[in-house]
Amino acid sequence: MIDESKPIGGKILTKPFMFFSAIAAIAAILLIKRFIFGIGAVTNLSDGYPWGIWIAYDVVVGTGLTCGGYAISLIVYVLNKGEYHPLIRPAVMASLFGYTLAGVSIFFDVGRYWQAYNPVLPKYAQVNSVMLEVALCVMAYIAVLWIEFTPVFAEKWTDKFRIVSRPLNKVLFVFIALGVLLPTMHQSSLGTLMVIAGKKLSPLWQTAYIPLLFLISAITMAYAVVIFESLISAIALKREMETPMLSKLSLYMVGLTVVYLIVRLGDILLRGKLLLAFNGDFKGFMFIVENLLFILPFFLLSSPSKRNNPKMLFYAAISMLLAGGLYRFDTFLIGFDPGPGWQYFPAFSEIMITLGLISIEIVGYMIFVKKLPVLPAVRPA
Amino acid sequence: MSDLKDYPDIADGIEKKGISRRDFMKFCTGVAVTLGLPFGMGTQIAEAVLNPKRPPVIWLAAQACTGCTEALLRSNHPTLEHLILDLISLEYHETLNAGSGKQAEDWLRKTIKENKGKYILVVDGSIPVKDGGIYGKIGGKTMLSLCEDMSSQAAAVIAIGSCASWGGMPSADPNPTGATPVYQVLQNKGIKTPVINIPTCPPNPYNFLSTVLYYLTFKKLPELDDKLRPKFAFSRLIHDNCERRPHFDAGRFAVQFGDEGHRKGYCLYKLGCKGPETHNNCPTLLFNDVGSGAWPVGTGHPCFGCSEKGVGFTVPLHTPAKLKDITPPVNFPGIAEKRGKGVTVAAAAVVAGLAGAAIGAGVATSKKLDKKKTGSESKE
Amino acid sequence: MDIKRRDFLKAVAGSGLLIASNPGQAFAITRPPKNMPPEAVGMFYDSTICIGCKVCQHACKEFNNRPAEHTIRPPEMVDRVWDNPVDLSAKTLNIIKAYRHGTGAGKNNEVDGFAFIKRHCMHCVDPACVSACPVSALTKDPKNGVVSYNKDACIGCRYCQIACPFNIPKFEFDEPFPQIRKCQFCNHRFAEGKYSACCEFCPTGASIFGPAKDLLEEARKRLTLNPGDYYDYPVQTVNSNQRLKQKAAKYINYIYGEKEVGGTQYIMLSGVPFDKLGMPVLSESSDVALSEGIQHTLYKGMLAPVAVLGGLLFAVYRSTRNKE
Repeated sequence: MIDESKPIGGKILTKPFMFFSAIAAIAAILLIKRFIFGIGAVTNLSDGYPWGIWIAYDVVVGTGLTCGGYAISLIVYVLNKGEYHPLIRPAVMASLFGYTLAGVSIFFDVGRYWQAYNPVLPKYAQVNSVMLEVALCVMAYIAVLWIEFTPVFAEKWTDKFRIVSRPLNKVLFVFIALGVLLPTMHQSSLGTLMVIAGKKLSPLWQTAYIPLLFLISAITMAYAVVIFESLISAIALKREMETPMLSKLSLYMVGLTVVYLIVRLGDILLRGKLLLAFNGDFKGFMFIVENLLFILPFFLLSSPSKRNNPKMLFYAAISMLLAGGLYRFDTFLIGFDPGPGWQYFPAFSEIMITLGLISIEIVGYMIFVKKLPVLPAVRPA
Repeated sequence: MSDLKDYPDIADGIEKKGISRRDFMKFCTGVAVTLGLPFGMGTQIAEAVLNPKRPPVIWLAAQACTGCTEALLRSNHPTLEHLILDLISLEYHETLNAGSGKQAEDWLRKTIKENKGKYILVVDGSIPVKDGGIYGKIGGKTMLSLCEDMSSQAAAVIAIGSCASWGGMPSADPNPTGATPVYQVLQNKGIKTPVINIPTCPPNPYNFLSTVLYYLTFKKLPELDDKLRPKFAFSRLIHDNCERRPHFDAGRFAVQFGDEGHRKGYCLYKLGCKGPETHNNCPTLLFNDVGSGAWPVGTGHPCFGCSEKGVGFTVPLHTPAKLKDITPPVNFPGIAEKRGKGVTVAAAAVVAGLAGAAIGAGVATSKKLDKKKTGSESKE
Repeated sequence: MDIKRRDFLKAVAGSGLLIASNPGQAFAITRPPKNMPPEAVGMFYDSTICIGCKVCQHACKEFNNRPAEHTIRPPEMVDRVWDNPVDLSAKTLNIIKAYRHGTGAGKNNEVDGFAFIKRHCMHCVDPACVSACPVSALTKDPKNGVVSYNKDACIGCRYCQIACPFNIPKFEFDEPFPQIRKCQFCNHRFAEGKYSACCEFCPTGASIFGPAKDLLEEARKRLTLNPGDYYDYPVQTVNSNQRLKQKAAKYINYIYGEKEVGGTQYIMLSGVPFDKLGMPVLSESSDVALSEGIQHTLYKGMLAPVAVLGGLLFAVYRSTRNKE
């Protein structure tokens, strides 16, 4: 089998592991404060900016960044390109962490967390709400991801999992299909969330195409993060680089970006709002930066030789990650203006809690790749 | 420090009338307080009052009800009317004159001639100007010509009462006599003599006395507002010092005369109280020295707005007051107040640190990638 | 694998077509607008006769059990004045704000004048908060149209705050067990035959309560007045016997709330343009209609996702089988 995966092994308690654990511990302490004194005690959220970085980063950018499982599944299972199969497990694992932690962060962010299960109760579900769709989809997708990931545990503890792994393997394709469907639904709906904000969102971002743009940018970001992750783990874990596969993957990324840019810029041109980008304010500046970051990979990867250069791939991936992240951040925070007088900048403790979540993600990655069969087995060079 | 003994005539008079030195000084200090002057000014005022060379006052009554004079007579500090009327040397007052007819008019002419440019002219009542001013005459002369003549030779003109200040009751629609306020008469004629308006119907005698004594003490007019009213008395809205204000703030209103709210002393705004647009010191100074409640709102009647131009005698009695100003001015939130918490040093430091760390890590990684690439290529 | 030039051009042309096909309203199969509920109650605020006494603000706090709030302004965030909030909040469901310009001398003057504005929930005909709420915590009464809140349903996601074009729902950020707070037209007093406290206590009739269509009629009538005309302004409710005769001021010929985002049950008249009073300039169509339109067009009552799932199942099954 070409896509055999193996735990890479090694010591768990490394220096980076301790460092990120410490940040997570700080975040945990701050979270105690949040649950005793309320959200206002640890964040700068206000009635004007009810959503801060916990939503804009942890949920919207965070799930976009970790759509790798979805994006690779799309190629492997829907387009039937088996050669990308080695990328699936790390990507699904990243999705697993990203989405689970986004779910955790929503739990911190919602005010009435003890009722957080209400969306699944039919008597409360409100079918016109975009939020309901996002909430249910994300909940379902988290469950699907854990199920998709069970073979990994099964391989590790075969004996214990034998009872479930057999029947599971038979129906796993259903969960894989759901794993493609659900992100398509909620990644686009994440964008639709802001349609109802109407004029509170700058016309540079407010458009009826938002669901399409969010969907495409989620996929491009996902390819970028797969490239990024592969390159980083090649260095950090001293593994062989998967440059040829990544270089092919980068083509999908660039191709989709072209579609994205045509929709994005075409829409804004047709709506006649492009000049807003050049009136010298912060929003206009961020719009320009965001779109330049989308365009940059196109030039970085314009020739096959560049595409096979890991450094270029690395830069292009970073550019794409920043672009997609910024697009989401702009839509949820920077382009959002509740009216004159309101201001928001995340509080120190708010940032620390977000950093804590990211740290848990990194720590989790370290444990999983060392202990579970996630990364493709090292081929003899 | 002045002493009653330095002015034997007046001092004798005061003592004969049963006023102790202590009471007199108390009065002068009271005047100083009404004027918004420091307590120490009381002695300076006493000195001015005791000065035998005090300027003469001529009182001209035009179209009025004599209410202003009546109110002045009821200023109730110990025998004050005598004291002050003696002190300011009232040379001519139609209601109070001892003599009458030719005797009085001759005295008037003599006083004007002797004190040209030095006397204070007090006018109560508005001046009829229609048809050459024939609707009001004294000794065969129209009030208009008397007013013009006497004011042009006066040191200052005090228009006392709402009639003299804005036309008052005689000028109410349709104004058959062409009743005109004093300042307007002077303006029409180009007479430059300074005018002070002391409106109110009738004016609180202490506002009048305080104005006169201020002039005697400092030889200048007190500070006036844009409607020529002394600021010490007319700078605040009745509404702002009203004893019923808490009811207004709590939304408790009398809706009809005699209803439950009215009997309980609730705010009279809905009955048409003009307190919110009328400047005066009625609620704090009160009338007739009889204690609390001795002013219109205190008795249960809405303020009529007599001391405000274009309110009393102009606006229907029971229409709600129009708002003059945002009161209190500082306490209203603006349309776009700053809200929400902005950037702090700690937060900015973390963000900057993260950005720095990310760039550093990016650069380091790209270097490693280069190495790794060349490494793997050489291996191959 | 390489993306062929031909494929690339196809993608470009395809996405170009997508945009050009329906410019501006991509998926804008906007849902049809909603109508005012049959027995809609409403409120009508006439800024020209408001005297800024804040009785409504006080009455609101009293009858809704809301605590006092300090004047706290950034950046120093220091307490200034007791019970004098700077804006609506979870503690203040109704507020009088002042517009000031230049010398601030003349009431209802845009230049060198001042004016008041009373802010609270507009009770939209097509409320964004109700459409946004995932758990039906905010609902619009089908009869009287009051938008009210149910804390047992609420999860505290604050999407209603994002959605509301008037920034009305407020959240208790300083509470461990927070709620959303907003004006509910004092609907807890309806059962006793009473109505909104702010209208009951308004001394001038600047804020009046009543059936929404009567209020609109009253507003239209006032717009026909000439400045200086005496008019018997109703007090407390639009059809009350208690009236105060006052001179009409110069009105801006516009009823705010008649058309905004598909109409609101709180309408306003003013002598100063509404944007100067901090009222957002909004289009007549509600963003809700677009949002729900997009959502329901994409999902077609969950039929579309099921169809897609079918296709995906086939594709995934095929590719997993192939490998084995």
